[in-house]
Amino acid sequence: MSPEMNKVSKKSDFPGSLLRNQLFIPFAALFILLVFNLIADPSFFKITMSQSNAGNAVLLGPIITILDNGSELAILAIGMTLVTAATGGQDISVGAAIAIAGSTLLRVLCGTNTRPDTLRTTVFAAFLISVLVAMAFGAFNGMLVAIFKIQPMVATLILYTAGRSIAAWINNNELPIISTQASPTFAYYGGYIPGIPIPTPFFIAAACVVVILLVLKFTNLGLYTQAVGINESSSRLNGLNPVFIKWLTFVILGVCVAVAALIKVSRLSSINYSVIAKDIEMDAILAVALGGNALSGGKFNMVASIIGAYVIQMLTTTLYKFQVPSDALPAYKAVVVILLVVFSAPAVREKLERMDIGRSKKTGGVRA
Amino acid sequence: MKENAILQLTGIYKSFPGVKALQNVDFNLCKGEIHALMGENGAGKSTLIKVLTGVYTKDEGEIYLDSHVEPVAIRSPQDAQHFGISTVYQEITLCPNLSVAENIYIGRTDGIYQNWKKMNEGARKMLQSLEIPVEPTTQLGSCSIAVQQMVAIARAVDMDCKVLILDEPTSSLDDQEVQKLFRLMRELKQRGVGIIFVTHFLDQVYEVCDKITVLRDGQLVGEYEIKDLPRVQLVSKMLGKELDDMSDIKSESSAPAELEKADVIFEAKDLCSNAGIKPFDFYIKKGEVNGFTGLLGSGRSECVRAIFGADRVTGGTVKKNGKTIKIQKPIDAMKNGIAYLPEDRKIDGIVGDLSVRENIILALQVMKGFFKPFTKAQANAFADEYIKLLSIKTASADTPIKSLSGGNQQKCIIARWLLTHPEYLILDEPTRGIDVGTKVDIQKLVLKLASEGMSVTFISSETDEMLRTCSRLIVMRDRKVVGELSGDDLTQTKIMSTIAGNEEEKK
Amino acid sequence: MKKKVLAAVLAGAMVLGLSACGGGAAATNEPAPAPAATEEKKEEAAPAATEEKTEEAAPAASGDLIKVGIINNDPNESGYRTANDRDLQATFSAENGYDASFAYSLKNDEQIAAAQKFIQDGVDYLLLSAADTAGWDGVLQDAKDAGIEVILFDRTIDASPDLYAASIVSDMDKEGQTAVDWLASQNLDKYDVIHIQGVMGSAAQKGRSGALDAKVAAEDNWNIVTQQTAEWNAETAQQIVQSVIDSGKEFNVIYAENDDMAKGAVAALDKAGISHGVGKDVIVMGFDCNKWALEELLAQNWNYDGQCNPFQSSYIDDVIKKLEAGETIAEKTIIMDEKGFDATTITQEDVDTYGI
Repeated sequence: MSPEMNKVSKKSDFPGSLLRNQLFIPFAALFILLVFNLIADPSFFKITMSQSNAGNAVLLGPIITILDNGSELAILAIGMTLVTAATGGQDISVGAAIAIAGSTLLRVLCGTNTRPDTLRTTVFAAFLISVLVAMAFGAFNGMLVAIFKIQPMVATLILYTAGRSIAAWINNNELPIISTQASPTFAYYGGYIPGIPIPTPFFIAAACVVVILLVLKFTNLGLYTQAVGINESSSRLNGLNPVFIKWLTFVILGVCVAVAALIKVSRLSSINYSVIAKDIEMDAILAVALGGNALSGGKFNMVASIIGAYVIQMLTTTLYKFQVPSDALPAYKAVVVILLVVFSAPAVREKLERMDIGRSKKTGGVRA
Repeated sequence: MKENAILQLTGIYKSFPGVKALQNVDFNLCKGEIHALMGENGAGKSTLIKVLTGVYTKDEGEIYLDSHVEPVAIRSPQDAQHFGISTVYQEITLCPNLSVAENIYIGRTDGIYQNWKKMNEGARKMLQSLEIPVEPTTQLGSCSIAVQQMVAIARAVDMDCKVLILDEPTSSLDDQEVQKLFRLMRELKQRGVGIIFVTHFLDQVYEVCDKITVLRDGQLVGEYEIKDLPRVQLVSKMLGKELDDMSDIKSESSAPAELEKADVIFEAKDLCSNAGIKPFDFYIKKGEVNGFTGLLGSGRSECVRAIFGADRVTGGTVKKNGKTIKIQKPIDAMKNGIAYLPEDRKIDGIVGDLSVRENIILALQVMKGFFKPFTKAQANAFADEYIKLLSIKTASADTPIKSLSGGNQQKCIIARWLLTHPEYLILDEPTRGIDVGTKVDIQKLVLKLASEGMSVTFISSETDEMLRTCSRLIVMRDRKVVGELSGDDLTQTKIMSTIAGNEEEKK
Repeated sequence: MKKKVLAAVLAGAMVLGLSACGGGAAATNEPAPAPAATEEKKEEAAPAATEEKTEEAAPAASGDLIKVGIINNDPNESGYRTANDRDLQATFSAENGYDASFAYSLKNDEQIAAAQKFIQDGVDYLLLSAADTAGWDGVLQDAKDAGIEVILFDRTIDASPDLYAASIVSDMDKEGQTAVDWLASQNLDKYDVIHIQGVMGSAAQKGRSGALDAKVAAEDNWNIVTQQTAEWNAETAQQIVQSVIDSGKEFNVIYAENDDMAKGAVAALDKAGISHGVGKDVIVMGFDCNKWALEELLAQNWNYDGQCNPFQSSYIDDVIKKLEAGETIAEKTIIMDEKGFDATTITQEDVDTYGI
């Protein structure tokens, strides 16, 4: 229908600025929060050395709290970014999946005894099993999305609804508790390793980030997921298997879920199926969005997502600090979402770009 | 208004930003007439129909209808329906989970009261009178596409339509179903309904229509009685080449003697895919440039897509250098040295948000494997090499490909496939929608590649382009290979007569 | 076609989810893994009920079981609810002369639908723990018209007392008052309290917050360092306490409105090296008497735990027996006995008896 509709783009003059553009959003948010805290209460940046009840020297302070509590979110943001990029949708079942993975972990460690004196196996072995289980549930979601072409949010709604019941069922509705007598080391994953004053979750998150950055560097995961997310049909004609790649991103998210579950369960050495990692899926999705990644899929910037995750945690911690009721937190996050959505809306973007061009070229009324 | 005329359009103009879709188009439809509306894609058929059905508002021109003395204004599809203009699209727009009778009467009852028995009785009578073989209480979704289409027509008829527009109704029907549909059309013709029939199938036009109106590039070419317009003429009118001034352009590179001796590199037998083409045979020699030609929808793209494994291959064998190879997915074809530049650059070609560099290396990267990404330096070297080689105009290799012009985007996709060093390159409409300079560049490139020993299949809607580049043409009609032309047969005239089909032979 | 496949998959997945839920319920159905509940019944309910049971056993044996429809909240909701459900399942068994059907939902409309179904099924008694206080008049009137006796447990509703036979509840205000009185008896010079609340507006939150708020308002040396809801969530409680610690404010009491949140708070204390428990820097208070929480008391890591008695079934059983015998219920609202445990006096026996 359109033979000669060659669109000569007028904005081809922002070459490498895309990357800068993308990191701009999370860094700007970070900056705003830092400045706000600096003005409102400089003690936000205070870090003190203390001794924990387990006898370890530990660092304390809001910044450390953010690095600690933001870990699960950062880990989930990794998988969520990939899922978003490849499928143009989000997995809303990660909270429920964490309940399942955490429940599996405890089931393997404790057996049917809810207060074991000794663990039935090593934490590592139990973790591996919970990784497999989480990958299996990820594979289920991935199958619905990739093979049956169900909209990701709709497909993962199934596990979102059923996941916590499945988690409870895995442990017969019991709430196992791992005491320090049973395993002195189990609490390390969500706490501190003796002799290291920085919370362990931070190291786990850092390790995950390093792993994913290495994977992105030494494999084509990034190129493939982006290509599939931007243009599935074209990707297929270039020899890619979009079905497999979409499925794979959900399986990778499953691994992230299992790691996050280990931290979550270790923090309290127990689990509560109905509230563990509650609403974390929304924070993880928000992290991806705050990273400047399009929720409709395609190009992504992993580092930006991870920064986004810590920014959200910083927001949460800041709000707690100023005694905002925790049931009002979603309202504040909603404001962030609204701002993000508005700023990434095509109409606003166009306007901003036009303003930009107008400023730089002093030619206001150029319209394509 | 002419005698017997039911619908008359005069001087219709419609334009969209940047495109003049209709310019001064006239169209006349008489009572009890089946009138074919013909034209290649982009000729303005759909725009005209949308103007007629109120989807678009015309810029200029007048529409006269039946008994109305004054020109009528059709501002919405509801208006059109009110005036007795009904449309049946290729895609069924009825509700598959309602019954046949419900579909016929939906949205037309007075108030909420519905007498089911009466409704089913009425529907049965009407279906019988139109000889549509279906029970009114059957769920529509369980009927065949043909029956669904007929139900859609029945609904239109029952709404007292005077003008029935059938937009590509036969695309998803088999031969028998087409015949059933034609019977229904003739029945309606007897009743005095004027039918506008849009189709790509020439055979069907000559089987069922009384008149033909041809559009080209948004302009009226003419209105003809079916008996006055032989197929060859029709094709030439659609393509816009008068038979007389078609001079033969010989391919510059054709060295028939050498090609004669060359080995067949790829060979297909009884190949068919789920895209609805009839099984076909095919071969290409080393260093040969051949092409598929035929009207749009004749199946030329589907053939090459089957060779590349882009559609699901449902039968047939492919041999490379005499050995059978298995091509089920594009990656299989790529590993066997086949490259495919798809017809629709935007949908199947570019990966819009990715950079020029990533777009260029994509295919080779996929062939190399998941765990072996190119280093940034390698990727840049490749990109720079081909940006220079094909003189791609881009700010840098980092620029997103979507911000390039169409021609430069196309060059990037060609670069992508040249980078894989294919033995056989398939170019499906590589010159569509790009500027003239780039078109010539691409044609030259094709000939150069062939002279270096690459086999190329070149598909284009523009016949002279194909004559200039191809040494052998495979002619398609109605999703079938109907002929092969080479040597002295490579003339516009011959191509058109083959596309049109030999009428004597058919009768 | 695509839609059909989608529907099939969705349906399949739902079945999977449901069967998982069903499995969970089935598991709790067995009396064996619920030692706490069964023991509890033996000790508390048995002496009161056994004599009547022998009389009632005759009709029961002849197959004339008392049909009860039980509408409860989802047992996965909390440890309290799990114990509550187990207790009901154990009491209303065929051996005890009951034919019980269970329906679980956290949503009022689903609960009402379940009640209507039970009325249609012609149950003799309808036992109800309503998700929401409002909206029950119509269905309870239907029950009354059908001659079905309604017994409320755990939660009251906004309906005329004529519509139900009895209401067996915990007195949340009393629970809060008991806890606050205990705290006052500690005779601290100064009370700097971190108050972690449950889901705002819930009966438990209102009752437990109310007593503390009143005390803080009345006494000069009582003040609230922070008062926030953690919505019964341990993780959230941990973050709240963490943020108080980070901000360097002084506090010496953690008043958490359930055990989970107390646990989260303690995790934050442990991390920061703040001592807690009997004779330590911070007093830790929880509610609900989870078994693991009472163990913390026994180990003197926490100081106080207030009971919220989930074992209503013996009270209900009692009411049904009376009604079956033709007696009338003198006092419609029956308040259950609830204790508060002090870490200095709690015994292993208490843990075994009252832990849920």
